[in-house]
Amino acid sequence: MSYPEDLRYTKEHEWVRVAGDVGTIGITDHAQKELGDIVYVDLPKVGAHIEQGKSLGSVESVKAVSDIYSPVSGEVTEVNETLAQAPEKLNQDPHGAAWLIKLRLSAPNEAKGLLSAADYQAYVGAES
Amino acid sequence: MINKVRPHITQNEDLLFERSSPGKVGYQLPALDVPLVDAAAALGAVNVRSEIEGFPEVSEVEIIRHFTRLSTWNYAIDLGLYPLGSCTMKYNPRVNELVARLDGLAWAHPYQPEALAQGAMEVMARLEAALAEITGMDAVTLQPAAGAHGELTGILLIRALLEKRGDPRKKVLIPDSAHGTNPATAAIAGYAVENIRSNDRGMVDLEALERVVDKDVAALMVTNPNTLGVFEANIKSIAEVLHKKGALLYMDGANMNALVGIARPGDFGVDVMHLNLHKTFSTPHGGGGPGGGPVAVKKILEPFLPLPRLKHVRNKWTFDYKRPRSIGRVRAFYGNFGVTVRALAYILAHGGNGLRNATVDAVLNANYLRKKLEPYYDLPYNAPNMHEVVFSDDRQAKLGVRTGDIAKRLIDYGFHPYTVSFPMIVRGALMIEPTETEGKRELDLFAEAMISIAKEIETDPEMVRTAPHNSRTSRVDEVAAARRPVVRWKPPRAGSKAAD
Amino acid sequence: MLAACGVQSAEELFAHLPDDVRIQQPLALAPGISEYEIVDYFRNRAAECANGYASFLGAGVYAHYRPVMVDTVVSRGEFLTSYTPYQAEISQGTLTTIFEFQTMICQLTGMDVANASMYDGSTAVPEAALMAARVTGRNRVLVARTVHPEYREVLRTYARYDHMPIDEIAYVADSGVIDLEELERKIDDQTAAVIIQSPNFFGIVENVKAAAEIAHRRGALLVVVFTEAVSLGILQPPAAADIVAGELQSFAISPSYGGPYAGIIATQEKFIRQMPGRLVGETLDSHGNRAFCLTLATREQHIRREKATSNICTNQALIALMATVFMSVYGKQGLRELAEQNLAKAHYLSGKLQPRFSGPFFNEFVAATGRRSPDEINQGLLKKKIIGGLPLVRWYPELENCVLLCATEMSRRERMDEIAQAFSPVQQAA
Repeated sequence: MSYPEDLRYTKEHEWVRVAGDVGTIGITDHAQKELGDIVYVDLPKVGAHIEQGKSLGSVESVKAVSDIYSPVSGEVTEVNETLAQAPEKLNQDPHGAAWLIKLRLSAPNEAKGLLSAADYQAYVGAES
Repeated sequence: MINKVRPHITQNEDLLFERSSPGKVGYQLPALDVPLVDAAAALGAVNVRSEIEGFPEVSEVEIIRHFTRLSTWNYAIDLGLYPLGSCTMKYNPRVNELVARLDGLAWAHPYQPEALAQGAMEVMARLEAALAEITGMDAVTLQPAAGAHGELTGILLIRALLEKRGDPRKKVLIPDSAHGTNPATAAIAGYAVENIRSNDRGMVDLEALERVVDKDVAALMVTNPNTLGVFEANIKSIAEVLHKKGALLYMDGANMNALVGIARPGDFGVDVMHLNLHKTFSTPHGGGGPGGGPVAVKKILEPFLPLPRLKHVRNKWTFDYKRPRSIGRVRAFYGNFGVTVRALAYILAHGGNGLRNATVDAVLNANYLRKKLEPYYDLPYNAPNMHEVVFSDDRQAKLGVRTGDIAKRLIDYGFHPYTVSFPMIVRGALMIEPTETEGKRELDLFAEAMISIAKEIETDPEMVRTAPHNSRTSRVDEVAAARRPVVRWKPPRAGSKAAD
Repeated sequence: MLAACGVQSAEELFAHLPDDVRIQQPLALAPGISEYEIVDYFRNRAAECANGYASFLGAGVYAHYRPVMVDTVVSRGEFLTSYTPYQAEISQGTLTTIFEFQTMICQLTGMDVANASMYDGSTAVPEAALMAARVTGRNRVLVARTVHPEYREVLRTYARYDHMPIDEIAYVADSGVIDLEELERKIDDQTAAVIIQSPNFFGIVENVKAAAEIAHRRGALLVVVFTEAVSLGILQPPAAADIVAGELQSFAISPSYGGPYAGIIATQEKFIRQMPGRLVGETLDSHGNRAFCLTLATREQHIRREKATSNICTNQALIALMATVFMSVYGKQGLRELAEQNLAKAHYLSGKLQPRFSGPFFNEFVAATGRRSPDEINQGLLKKKIIGGLPLVRWYPELENCVLLCATEMSRRERMDEIAQAFSPVQQAA
């Protein structure tokens, strides 16, 4: 899978799409492949404050749990409720329909320090 | 070539609820010799339930067939080897079952007068003494119900001692090779967990330990031999490093099957440890429990042991509740007495020499399997192993087959799988512990099976990846079970086709 | 085999151990004995305990008939000597029975989900409290004084280092139920759980709904504990509870001087991921056949490690199987009839004595001993091979001249008449 150019990425395999002061966060295709079949996602509630680099929740496969580290800081404005019923969406469309949360960014410039699609592609290419 | 098993017809069987039908009974109570009481009048109408909806109604024949049929779908020690590392699946002696059921012991109520419980108290005292001797420790409590419970008790004891000394401290060190109960336990006891890496021999890195132990460290939780089956050669030095800084050494006794009669944790610096009666001391696993997790301590920790303690006063046993420093109770009553009886029976049967022989055989069996399998499976750590051996699936992984798949294929050969993917410091671990129960014949069959599978992986990896093929139940969909958990039977809705 | 290992004797396999850790003399244990001697030894110990006594003790451990079927089933090697069902393909026997067990516990308690057992009722209580803390994000616990005293002790031990302040709620002096007014006064926005027991330690049925309302109004969870599982054959299940923590010893589990028993935690669907302990779920195998497997394992210690919902690993599977067989033998009708017999026996006995409390009770009640002390009465009863009620002074100093008596389907009328005799003749007239 190619990594969308309009997203910024972290080395812990999360992505963020910034539009004004709204950030949409998810995990990358690489992450979902590593996890295998995803069975559950644990997400914060609307109104929660998230800090860049801190855990915002976790994603589970049958045999493992992985923390999700937020690429940016802000207040949670929306949570993707469809993932509760259909966590498999994360395996199918990790960069699109299976976004995790939306934040009102407290520091929109944070995203600039993250990896570009090309850098991330190189990073995971090197890792595997 | 599969030599241990051949296919056999097994009965199908529904759930009890699916066999149930109104009016069927499987019981008969004696007639009442007192007047019946109106439940609504005695309890208040609002407190009386109308019926237990959905509860099964089946006959005695249906019950015996139900459970008998289900039992035939299980593997068990009585059927063959369980090579599960760290589980010590040894034979469960049947005499233990008989003695545990003797009326005087089985019907003893924990609150019956002490004068009428002397036999039970004697049994407990005898096991405490035997375990103290085996471990080289000063005092033993039988209260904890299982290993993890014993771990919690042990860490609480450490905490109590350190508190008395003025500072409970903040963290517990745990090797990255440790069993998951260790960090889970430390967290419940209010300690932060700090992982300590193993060195390239799979042992606790003594230098790393020295750097890390400071006044914030309450204890190191170590398993010895470790989860690779390797004896921590530096254990005495490890204990010294900790003691110098006022920290304590906790030992997870899950691997005692390698040490009984050979070495005693109390002699090499352990302050507190737990034992697993359902591992080392032969009490049956029963599909997941009950267990027994006695904790053995050095004198310094004795005042903090859970209460009550058994005391011998004027030739009688009594429970001593005057224990002001005790951490309290970790459970109601005195412990899993029924498991205590079984463990004591095992010890009486073996005696000191017999226990030592069992250890020697256990270590011999594990080393025999190591030699047989070494040419075919990668051995990540070259150290001498004791009662268990850990391989990695590196070689097979290159062909796309992982330890979990190999384990599943082992089922087709008539064995229960070994421990998969643990310890985590080994990539794709295959952890194998045969115990002293197995004779050469069963071990050879196992080795043959593992070797055959290794060869199958070279010629037909896909077949191994989709195993098991011959079992009554094929690979189950664990993903669906986790995504949409169904953890109880529900009656089918009227008009629907089948039960949820 | 030695040759294959490259050694002359098995002792060489230990040569790598440092000398200073090896023991220098054999273990100081008596030599191994024969099977006959083992049986003899334990027969003698059994003879040194009560044999042939009629016991009227309850207090968390109950004397109920054990259907013969129970030991027949659990003695099968495929159940007795099998391992935890991590490998579903060859553990369907165990997994199926656990699934049935989980279902029956839900049916009995009115909860949506139940786990595959905890160590016992006493440890299920702190597990429930910790679970409530996780769910609510709060840490205070209010526990009724009418919860079994030893269960409360265990709760304190677990809670001490989890920063979980525990406060007790008194009982009402004449009725013996929890003081709901005091509960109302003491509960606040930091309360994670309110813990009550029903029937409580005095045998009395609590008003679960009222307690639930108070708890829920403040955002706390209600934990309902039970120690006498047979009571659920006749009592309304505690459906208003958020978590039920109980003990199943009454279901064909031998009293066995205190253990092993089987506890359970049952709860509502929405809390399933916060539950401790193993869970068995239904699924399909690759051929489309119904199958069962352990599920939601990511809650547990072997995956989540220090963030696990509990540290529990080995539980009480075989004991839970005993309870499952018991429940199938009695079934829907039988459990009701069994409960009715228990009710009848205890009320027959109480009718001849002075119950201390006015609240409605099931098969246990507190009796005042009047002018004679509990010890005096019990000594007299022992001479008739009757083990009388449990003196309560050790936990409830205010109940100095009271005992807790339990009568079950096993209690005989003649013995109960003898107990009535032993309590002063004055009481007989009542």
